[in-house]
Amino acid sequence: MSGVREVRVGLATCGIAAGAQRVAARLHKDLDSGRIDVPIKRVGCVGMCYNEPLVDVVDESGTLTTYGHVTEADVERIVAEHVLGGSIVEELRIEPDAFFANQVRIVLENCGVIDPESLDEYRAHDGYAALKTVLEEMTPDEVVEVVKASGLRGRGGAGFPTGLKWSFAAREDASDKYVICNADEGDPGAFMDRSVLEGDPHRIIEGMAIAAYAIGAAHGYVYVRAEYPLAIRRLEKALDDARAAHLLGENILGTPFTFDMRIKAGAGAFVCGEETALIASIEGRRGMPRKRPPYPASSGLWGKPTNINNVETLANVPWILRNGADAFAAYGTETSKGTKVFALAGKIKQSGLIEIPMGMPIRQIVFDIGGGIQDDRPLKAVQTGGPSGGCIPASLADTPVDYEALKATGAIVGSGGMIVLDDSTCMVEMARYFLDFTQKESCGKCTFCRVGTKRMLETLERICAGEGRAEDLDKLVELCQKVKQYSLCGLGQTAPNPVLTTIEHFRDEYEAHIVDRACPAKACKALIRFHIDPDTCKNCGLCARGCPVEAIRAVDEGYHVIDQEACVQCGRCEQVCPFDAVEIRTGKVEV
Amino acid sequence: MSVHSQTKEGVRVAGKPVMLPRSPSSVIPLLQQVQQDEGFVSEEAIEWVARYTGSSASAVYGVATFYSQFRLKRPGKHTIRVCEGTACHVLGIGAVLDRLTEELGIQVGGTTADGLFTLESVRCLGCCSLAPAVMIDDETYGRVTPDSIVEVLETIREGTR
Repeated sequence: MSGVREVRVGLATCGIAAGAQRVAARLHKDLDSGRIDVPIKRVGCVGMCYNEPLVDVVDESGTLTTYGHVTEADVERIVAEHVLGGSIVEELRIEPDAFFANQVRIVLENCGVIDPESLDEYRAHDGYAALKTVLEEMTPDEVVEVVKASGLRGRGGAGFPTGLKWSFAAREDASDKYVICNADEGDPGAFMDRSVLEGDPHRIIEGMAIAAYAIGAAHGYVYVRAEYPLAIRRLEKALDDARAAHLLGENILGTPFTFDMRIKAGAGAFVCGEETALIASIEGRRGMPRKRPPYPASSGLWGKPTNINNVETLANVPWILRNGADAFAAYGTETSKGTKVFALAGKIKQSGLIEIPMGMPIRQIVFDIGGGIQDDRPLKAVQTGGPSGGCIPASLADTPVDYEALKATGAIVGSGGMIVLDDSTCMVEMARYFLDFTQKESCGKCTFCRVGTKRMLETLERICAGEGRAEDLDKLVELCQKVKQYSLCGLGQTAPNPVLTTIEHFRDEYEAHIVDRACPAKACKALIRFHIDPDTCKNCGLCARGCPVEAIRAVDEGYHVIDQEACVQCGRCEQVCPFDAVEIRTGKVEV
Repeated sequence: MSVHSQTKEGVRVAGKPVMLPRSPSSVIPLLQQVQQDEGFVSEEAIEWVARYTGSSASAVYGVATFYSQFRLKRPGKHTIRVCEGTACHVLGIGAVLDRLTEELGIQVGGTTADGLFTLESVRCLGCCSLAPAVMIDDETYGRVTPDSIVEVLETIREGTR
């Protein structure tokens, strides 16, 4: 063997979807046959999802070589040339430096580095060191004070100061208290919680145990959405291992502290990300929010004081206790300390999971880390915060990412989804998309959320269909304000954000739909027509063969034409045309 | 014979023991267990869960219909879940879904006449970097196109022939 210490394969859901399982199987075949004899380690997501499947080869010296887009055939070369032969396969190697150069990894420090199913590896990376210090050397009040001093704020979206939240539950005098980890990651476009649970599950157990000690709870729940089976499986394994090692259960680490926790699988309801709805769901009821106060800190699960934190929030806790509040507060801005994990996706070259210090401008995230827009098209907007957030236009791309600055644009940091949009994305349609989401996910308790979102959706659908009316925009804004005002929980209070921000920043696009019956992004089917340019058409007939409704035919003049009556605007002709002869037109038909 | 039975060894679902307490907090995990074993939640199962947990059948039905995970109809042999997340949306899942409905001749929520496929949509699979994504049974397919997903269907069809 040629000095290779280990081979890592990224086996989180994203890697598996890209085919990493087959890559790992191929490596294991070589291991089983005795051809190679280096450990093959499964790791979580390192964040470079755009290069999946990923294989890291770590040399004895600790030097790490990363191979991207690895196929089964590539494995053969990596094994023969690098693992056995000792020389790097340059053609397959990727240079991740630019992607990581501007990142600071606190939450994700172990993701993609350690085997998530190995307690020993977690401990070798300072795992449970913070819990040990906390239990042996600190009082609960001191723990709360450190978290307060760090400036950590809730990473689930609302940004409430975590230490303050803990102090509320801590001061309650009750025989039973609960800590809950909210892993009901419902925002479409956000997957950091899944990555942490899949890549570093012990971190959440440690974070929860510290929170439980701080507030005086003996029981905990992790509420994980059912769509994350791998996360649940890895967390279950971690719980079993932690119990066996006396890191959970009675007299943890030989101290009087007793704490244990269970997993509750969600059943698919976006509203359960809201604290009181989540509690109702754990209690076995429909996940409907209730009026606050009383807040869960005084009356939560089974009526007992309950502290609820999001996965990413809890993942910060062990690091803060290990490195001190000041080290954490050294990152970030005046009001937003530490780092934030973002799921960078959409029309971006390098999509993936990134962790940046708070305060980094959006432009730097998109262009320096994300590598810019696909096909080098212009950046149009960045959508943050999912259905509760908003669209930040390219003109505000220098906005630093912190809670207050993003709020000023009408958007929010939210749970950390960051979807990059280019000029081919219609902002009216984007608002329609999010309203469709919130309207279906509204639990139905508050009238304005139940009916108001429905009316808003109908209006947006009408505008996208080219049937918008002059008064629609004013009515939409009025309804947005009412829905915000008269909804009990965050779902209804934030549902209008995608509409309000797109009207504010892209009003001309709405007006084009309503007045000119045109979709400037050429995305709304009802407002576009496909047209074959007779001069460019080579009469090859590919478009006609691909047309599902037989709307295309050849004419005697030697080119093809589209029957506009029959066309369903599926766009297949445009995709298959080798000569770019199919163009999309919008607006009123020129006579 | 009922799949939910009370035997000398205790309560069982599809032959497996039920370890959950007899309280309303067990409604969701029980429904999940039933659905995993039988593929869907039958009317009979709702009544049984109600009896076991001391809830009313209407409360259990309310829970089963509130959460999108539960199906009240028997699904096809394979379940196709089309991701409707934001990244998938902006990267063209719409065209993929259109092709699937065209190819299968069913809408979202439907099952093909031969009972082979059920078509569902899902809020977000969390594979946004591999968008657009489709999950078929337990396997996730990333960066799909209308053509590539039809090829996958063909492979599955051939496998069942």
